[in-house]
Amino acid sequence: MSISRRSFLRSTAGVTLAAPALINSAFAASHGPIKFVSILDQSGGLDIYGAPMVDATRMAIDEMNEAGGLLGREIELKVYDPQSSIQFYTQFATQAAAGDKADVVHAGITSASREAIRPTLARYETLYFYNTLYEGGVCDMNNFCTGSTPAQTVEKLVPYTMKKWGKKVYIVAADYNYGHITAQWVQKYVRDNGGDPIEVEFFPLDVTNFGPTIKKIQSSGADMVMSALVGGAHVSFYRQYAAAGMNKSVPVASTTFGVGNEHKLISAEEGDGMICAYSYFEEIDSDANRDFVARFKARMGADAPALNELAARSYEAAYIWAEAVKAAGTADRMPVIEALRSGVAYDGPSGRVDIEPKTNHLNQNVYLAELKNQSFNIIESYVSQPPTDTLMVCDLVANPDQSVFKFENGLKAAGIDI
Amino acid sequence: MDLFFSLALQIIYGVANLALISLGLAIVFGMMRVINLAHGEFLMLGGYTVVVATNNGVNIWFAMLVLAPLVVGIIGLIVERCLIQWLYGRMIDTLLATWGLSLLFIGIITSIFGASTTTVISPPLGVVKIGEYTSSGYELFLILVVIALLILVYLTLRLTSLGLVARATMQNADMAACLGISTSRIYMLTFSLGAAVSGLAGGLLAPMTGVLPNIGVIYIAKAFITVISGGVAILAGTTSASILLGGVNGVISYVTGPTFGEVALLFTAIILLRLMPTGITGRFFRKSQ
Repeated sequence: MSISRRSFLRSTAGVTLAAPALINSAFAASHGPIKFVSILDQSGGLDIYGAPMVDATRMAIDEMNEAGGLLGREIELKVYDPQSSIQFYTQFATQAAAGDKADVVHAGITSASREAIRPTLARYETLYFYNTLYEGGVCDMNNFCTGSTPAQTVEKLVPYTMKKWGKKVYIVAADYNYGHITAQWVQKYVRDNGGDPIEVEFFPLDVTNFGPTIKKIQSSGADMVMSALVGGAHVSFYRQYAAAGMNKSVPVASTTFGVGNEHKLISAEEGDGMICAYSYFEEIDSDANRDFVARFKARMGADAPALNELAARSYEAAYIWAEAVKAAGTADRMPVIEALRSGVAYDGPSGRVDIEPKTNHLNQNVYLAELKNQSFNIIESYVSQPPTDTLMVCDLVANPDQSVFKFENGLKAAGIDI
Repeated sequence: MDLFFSLALQIIYGVANLALISLGLAIVFGMMRVINLAHGEFLMLGGYTVVVATNNGVNIWFAMLVLAPLVVGIIGLIVERCLIQWLYGRMIDTLLATWGLSLLFIGIITSIFGASTTTVISPPLGVVKIGEYTSSGYELFLILVVIALLILVYLTLRLTSLGLVARATMQNADMAACLGISTSRIYMLTFSLGAAVSGLAGGLLAPMTGVLPNIGVIYIAKAFITVISGGVAILAGTTSASILLGGVNGVISYVTGPTFGEVALLFTAIILLRLMPTGITGRFFRKSQ
């Protein structure tokens, strides 16, 4: 038998690629602290989202440690700040998996950051949680996506607001994969409900002058605006829209407003009447939530940020992972994944959440709320909504060996008519 | 027709906006050839001055028109005395030092006020109706302020003795020094004047865009492109470049959307600098300020 250069290269390459995984499992200690790594932007343009997420994660881990840790072991939390730069995400993800030998990594705000680290963590076989609301479509055995997706939120928001305001919808969205794919979902749901998405516009994240677009919205005859704008600079859209007097005549609904606590950044006059849908609002009327909010405020003191889906879900995701570790009796990756997928549930501030095993996404409650005087009044609630968007394209039960982002090239490429 | 007027107003506002964020930088660059990478942070500090002042009950007009330029002008003075004055004629070192300064300001403001600041200041003027279209009254006010500011800078340079001395220093610093002018004092005044104008701009824009510690990063690129495209003449350069770039951006944004609007602005600047490497005023209006 002769070994050709090519087959030699191929087999050694295989060993080299598999090596990190071997090292990982061989050295994964079954004693000592359990390692929980969080990679979230606490500086740069995305810090309005990241900082409260980190606060909530710290609170969850501290509470668990005060209650005696997990399986009698302490949980060691390590937080990295990628400074709103994708390059740091890749670096810290590698550091978390190969250097820190993390048992679980909770990371990522933008879809771009998730796509940068998801392959790395899959390759190193390090369990990965992504806790931000996003456009749906991740189909990855190693990756649990706990945020709400368009079928859970936008699907409720669009018909409700169209019924209230009218059928002609003007869509404004951030110019990267979240905005583009979410805009397609909005178009789909508007058409499904007999409406007309008259225009879609995308904005780079550093645009601060929305004047020309506001004029275009005025001349378009739109009945309502659906916004999927992202980040600190885009908050100026709502200010300028109100300054032009438009918020009175053409109301705004949004898939992102509020998760960066934007409703606290603009005045009541500018924000009143906006309608949003998320799986969590600080104003949810339940004992579990009142208790959660009180503990968070007590812990953070006077500077406590408002709580939103991103922060609450970061807290709940840490707990649902902890429930799975308890059920599995170990923090090792595969047993924890098995436990997560076999009906582990957690009763959190947003209500009961559990993992939907075909997609590794979350069945979760969804709430529709209207902004009034800088706080959200909940007007509708929907119990335990499944991630039907991702279910259209993903089945990890039938085909467990997957690690893909199905909507990478948009909804049409994934076979969904918009 | 109403749409035309309302759109024209919008484009003029885009031009005024660009001129406003660039003027402070143009003064410092045009007079001193100092590239101030912390320019965006001067704008940001102007915004924070207004927010802090109005949160403490100060009248918003006073905060925007008086406090913001005053506070940032003083900060500019301190920066010039402590840092910039040692770096004249050393362009690369100045770049590095002012970049560091920009990071320092962002860090300080973030640690004092947090990443996202509760800035509940709204544009203090109502809505203006043009036929069936509505525009923000505050945008109209900003256009007038920019025009007034440009006239003020022109008159200062043209008619006051400070303006004369400043122009002399700008044309030939060594000769001015020989004639008994303290060029170091002129540089100091110019730098803090530039900072004060930036502070005013930041304060005026705060109600439209809100303030964030890193909002300066968003302004700086556009301010630089405008100033470099304009060339060395402060007023003619800033005005002509703002009209050209702001106009292109406004029209293309309206026709195709903001992504192409931004692309068109950059593309125009690149073509312009390829044809006129010293900016618009390097070729036209050479005798202007």
